[in-house]
Amino acid sequence: MSMLHIVNKSPFERNALASCLGHALEGDSVLLIEDAVVGAIDGSNFIEQIKVAMADKSVYVLGADLAARGMQENRVAEGIQVVDYAGFVDLAANNEKTQSWL
Amino acid sequence: MSKKFMYVNRKAPYGTVYALESLEVVLIAAAFEQDVSLAFIDDGVYQIAKGQDTKGIGMKGFSATYNALGDYDVNKFYVERESLEERGLTEDDLMPIVYEDEDDDWAEKPSVKIVSRAEMAQVLSEQDVTLSF
Amino acid sequence: MKFTILVNEGPYQHQSSDSALQFIRAALEKGHEIFRVFFYHDGVNNGTRLAVPPKDDRLIQNEWSALAEEHGVDLVICIAAAQRRGLMDADEAKRQGLDANNIAPGFRISGLGQLIDGNIEADRTVVFGD
Repeated sequence: MSMLHIVNKSPFERNALASCLGHALEGDSVLLIEDAVVGAIDGSNFIEQIKVAMADKSVYVLGADLAARGMQENRVAEGIQVVDYAGFVDLAANNEKTQSWL
Repeated sequence: MSKKFMYVNRKAPYGTVYALESLEVVLIAAAFEQDVSLAFIDDGVYQIAKGQDTKGIGMKGFSATYNALGDYDVNKFYVERESLEERGLTEDDLMPIVYEDEDDDWAEKPSVKIVSRAEMAQVLSEQDVTLSF
Repeated sequence: MKFTILVNEGPYQHQSSDSALQFIRAALEKGHEIFRVFFYHDGVNNGTRLAVPPKDDRLIQNEWSALAEEHGVDLVICIAAAQRRGLMDADEAKRQGLDANNIAPGFRISGLGQLIDGNIEADRTVVFGD
């Protein structure tokens, strides 16, 4: 019964990512969209937390939102998977449910 | 067909309309005879803080409505202990929200369940539909 | 698979409308069904037909209307949220004694029950908001 967690706020601005990671369970997926993508950039303060989460969860970032913010895929920290909107749809379909951390 | 609905509240009341309009959804959901739970995480715990007095801000207070939810069979209020602690709050700062248990001779029981973050994660994972506003 | 989408924010101010539109188009492209899009909170402002953005910008309201027209997507605006924010269809304007209505083509105004019904009927609910 895995869940797709969607985070759309920059971790520098709000605690949505931290709260999400504090509640996501083993086997869940976490997708960063909109301003949340800034947390996925290698060297950001939040990579440590994300790496811990990736031990038993999958973390994804929406490529279109990265590109819109001037970041290419090669700037994303290792282990975080870049997806397009079709990939977003697949994640929503392949997990039994979704939760948006608004 | 009945689904398990979870309403996740992570925002304080009044600063934005989310808490009030979320409550309006919960009231409607109750009429659909679904299994309804509410989660109070992060600043959401302030939605059920006791003693809310909105006279000074010119807005209508709606905290009493949480108390009325028991009449609609909405009586699972999961409140995260860590969220309270991080904010310097305890269970005593929350409204004593209760419901009457029809299976137990209408005994008055607390709707609020204080749970740990790990327990909250488990509760969240057991839902069919999670709505956040 | 059947999706119900909840949009909590108005157009332009937040990216949520744009994200929802992109998600929906991708889902339709993959052969999924969008059972309903429900607009709540400031999200009801996605349904005004009186928006006039600069010519070189997207007209989000029209993009929604196009989804309804081309794919038959059910676009539902919450009546309680709409009343607070001045979104009216002709019937509601008349009922309230107002001199104008502003709902865009393809949208309909209805109750919150339509959200719950959408959540029950769909296999997945995805929420876009702030």
